[in-house]
Amino acid sequence: MRGCMSVQGQIAAIRFGLGLRLGESPPAEPRAWLLEQLEKPAPGPEGAPIADAMAIRIAFQQARRPRDPVGDRAATQAALIDFMQAEIRAQTERRLTTGQPFRERLVDFWMNHFTVSRRDGNVSLLIGDFERRAIRPHLTGPFEAMVLAVARHPAMLFYLNNTASVGPDSPAGQRIRRGLNENLAREILELHTLSPAGGYTQGDVQELARILTGWSVNNARPPHDFQFRPAAHEPGPKRLLGQRFAEGEAGGEAALRVLARHPATARHLAVKLARHFVADTPPPAAVSALERVLRESDCDLGAASRALVQLPEAWDPPLTKFRTPSDYTLAAGRALGLTGTQGDLVRNGMGQLAQPLWTAPQPNGWPDRAAEWATPEALMRRVDWAYRLAGRFARADLAAVTEAALGPFARAETVAEMRRAGSTRDALTLLLASPEFMHR
Amino acid sequence: MSPHPSFRRRGLLLGLGATFALGRARLAFAQAPGERRLVVILLRGAMDGLFVVQPYADPGLAALRAPLVLPEPGREGGLLDLGGRFGLHPRFSHLHALFTAGQASLLHAVAGPYRSRSHFEAQDLLESGNPQRLTSGWLNRALQGLPAAQQTGAGMAIGTGVPLLLRGAVPVGSYAPGEVESPAPDLMYRLAGLHQADPKLHQAFAEGMRSRGFTSQTLGAPDQDRERGSFPRLALAAGKLLAEARGPRVAALELGGWDTHVQQAGRLRGPIAALDDGLARLQEGLGEAWARTAVLVVTEFGRTARVNGNAGTDHGTAGVAFLVGGAVAGGRVLADWPGLGTEALLENRDLRPTRDLRSLAKGLLRDHLRLPAAAVARAFPDSPEVPPLGGLVHA
Repeated sequence: MRGCMSVQGQIAAIRFGLGLRLGESPPAEPRAWLLEQLEKPAPGPEGAPIADAMAIRIAFQQARRPRDPVGDRAATQAALIDFMQAEIRAQTERRLTTGQPFRERLVDFWMNHFTVSRRDGNVSLLIGDFERRAIRPHLTGPFEAMVLAVARHPAMLFYLNNTASVGPDSPAGQRIRRGLNENLAREILELHTLSPAGGYTQGDVQELARILTGWSVNNARPPHDFQFRPAAHEPGPKRLLGQRFAEGEAGGEAALRVLARHPATARHLAVKLARHFVADTPPPAAVSALERVLRESDCDLGAASRALVQLPEAWDPPLTKFRTPSDYTLAAGRALGLTGTQGDLVRNGMGQLAQPLWTAPQPNGWPDRAAEWATPEALMRRVDWAYRLAGRFARADLAAVTEAALGPFARAETVAEMRRAGSTRDALTLLLASPEFMHR
Repeated sequence: MSPHPSFRRRGLLLGLGATFALGRARLAFAQAPGERRLVVILLRGAMDGLFVVQPYADPGLAALRAPLVLPEPGREGGLLDLGGRFGLHPRFSHLHALFTAGQASLLHAVAGPYRSRSHFEAQDLLESGNPQRLTSGWLNRALQGLPAAQQTGAGMAIGTGVPLLLRGAVPVGSYAPGEVESPAPDLMYRLAGLHQADPKLHQAFAEGMRSRGFTSQTLGAPDQDRERGSFPRLALAAGKLLAEARGPRVAALELGGWDTHVQQAGRLRGPIAALDDGLARLQEGLGEAWARTAVLVVTEFGRTARVNGNAGTDHGTAGVAFLVGGAVAGGRVLADWPGLGTEALLENRDLRPTRDLRSLAKGLLRDHLRLPAAAVARAFPDSPEVPPLGGLVHA
C-alpha cells in the first residue's frame, strides 16, 4: 500500500518539480529533497558564451543592412538557426533529465518573471545566456543581485529598448537628438519589483528611465556584453520614490537595490510565488508567510524558496494548479522517459499547445492562472498532442508510466478506463489527457 | 436451439462466387513479386464481427443481441446483403460494392491462436503471428523472404509509429502526413467521462468537444464526419506511396475506436465510416496498381455474442476479417459457421473460432507475395498444423 509519504513525495515531484522520470521513485524525504536542491546545486549548464551569440547576431544583421551588406544572408541565417536549435535542445534536455527539478522550476519562474521573448527585439540568440548568467546564479541569493544581473544583460537591454534610451541632456542626446525610452524603467517598476500596488507615479518612471540611461551593450567590441555609456547618461542627480540618486552607473545600481528590497516588492513576489506554487487564488496565510520572510531577509530568494517548501498549504492534496503547456509537456516527457532528440517532441508540443519556448507575447510573461490556459480548444489540443505522442510509445510499460506520471494521484476511474482501453496508445492517451495529469 | 440447417455444414462457402474451391491449382502466369502490393489494416480495440457482418439467417442472433440486430436486407436502414446468409453494416457501402464486384471476401468466425481477452496481449500476438509474443512482427519476417535487394524500403508503416507487425530485422519506412491523426470518438467520450468529475475542467472539455462537432457527451452519438477525417487521408497517402514505381510494396495502417463497451451501434458509426471511406481512398490512391493489391483487415479478437448491460459488447473471441483488392478472388463470405446456439458458443459467451487467422495471412504470403514455403514458415513459425488457405487471390 502506498503510505502518506508516497503522497507527499509525489507532491514534491509534481507540485515543486516537473514530475517523476520513468522509473524514478518519489523522494522518501520530500522536504529534505527539495531543500537539498536549494543548498547543493548541481553544476549549471554550459552554453556558448555571449560573445558567440553576439557574433552571430552581428553577422546576421550586417548581412541584412540596406547599405553595404557584408556576408552571406543564407549562411548567417543558417548559423542563427543552428545556434537556436542547440540552445532550445539543451534547455529541454536539462528539464527532461534533471534530478533537481525544483531548481528548474524556480529558474522557469524567474525567467517568466523577467520575461525576455523571441517575439521582439532580436534577442532570441541571447536568451540562453540570459538564463545562464542573469537567472541561475542568483536563484537562492539576494533578489537585488538578480535584478541587477537582469538589468545589465544584453537580452533585457535590447528587449525593453534601453539600448536606445539616451539622456536628453547627455552629450549623445545633444548630438543625435534622441531621448528617453521608458520601456525598461516602467517594466522594472511594474513587473520586476514594486508592481502598481507599490504606488509609484509616472514621474518615478521617467526618473528611473533617466537613472538607467547609458545602461547599454557594447556592440563594437567583443565580448559585446553590458557597457555603461557615460556619453548617453543623463547628467545630474535624480529623485525616485522621494529618494535622491547620484549621477552615474552607481546611481542606477543603488536605485535598483532600493527597488529590489522595497516592501511592495516583497509583497509582489510573495503573491506571485504563492500563486505559482500553491493556488491561482493564493491562500492569504501563505502569502503573508512568504511576504514576512522576504521582508525580514531584504528579499533573499534562498529564504523565500525555503519558506515555500515549509508552507503547509503547498502540501495539501488534491492537485489544483492547472499545468501550463510547458509543465504539462515536460511532465509527460519525463513520465515517458524521453531523452536526446526525443526532447523535440516536447519542444514541439509546447508550440502546439500555444506556449512555445521563450516566446511570451508580452513583457508580463505567460499567465499563471487556469482561466488563461484551460480553454476548450486548449484541452482538445492537449488530447490531440497526447494521442500523437502516445502513438510513438506503443510498447510503453503502462504501469511504470502511470506510476511516474501520477503515482497515488491516478484516480481509480482513470486506471479503469486505461484497463479497458483498446490499445496501449489509447491507454496512454487516457493517462496523459486525464484531468489529474493536467494539474500539479 | 440448433442453428439454421444451412449453417451447420462445415466448410460451406457462401456468396456470389460459385466457382471457388479450396486447393485449386495456383499460379498460371508468373508475375514479378515486386509488382504485388499487400496492405494490412489493424483494427485496434476489437471490432464486433457479429455487428458489422451480421449472420441474419442464424435464428440464434436475435436472442443474443436484439438491440444490436439491424433490419434485414431490403428494409429501411437494413443490412447490405452478402449472398443470403450474412448482411453487411449499411455504412460499408464501398466495401459492399467491392464485394459485389468480386473484389472483397469476408471471413467470419476467425481468430488467432491465442485466447487472451486482453487487448494489449492479443494485439501483440496478432502482430507477432505466434501464440507467444515475439519481438518482431510476421509482416517484417515475411519481408525477409523477398530477394535481398528488394527488402529495404519494401515495407512502410503509415501513421505515427511502427506497429509490432512491421518491426524486425528488415528496415521499414514510416510515413505520417502532418497533423492528421486525432483520437477516435470513443476515446474522446471516455475522456469526457473522466473530466466530468473535475469541477473546473468538465465544462471546458465538453465545450471543446462540442466545438469540434461532437453532438453529445453522454448519448454516444458522435458526429459521423468526425472520424472520417484522418484515416481516409492516411489511406490515400498509403495508396499513393504504394502506387509509385519505386515505392513500398507492403504497408500497414492502424485504425482504433472499435472497443465499444457502451452504446455500440452509435459509437461504431464513426470507425465504420472511416474504414469504408479509407478503403475507397486507398483504392483511389493505388490507381492501376489496385489490380495487383490485396488488403487484409484484421482485429485482435471479436466481442461477446450477447449484448451487455450498456447496449455494448465486451471482449470475446472469434470475429471477422476482410480481404479486399483487385487481386482478391472475392465476392464470397468464407465461413465455417459454428452457429450461435448456446451450446455452440465458446464458453457460453463468444462466437466460436473455426478458422485460424494465420491460415489467411499465410495464404496471402504464399499466393499473393509468392513467397517460398520457408519464408512463410519464418513469418509464422511452429505452425505446421495451420496450412495456408488457398484460392484467396487470383492466380
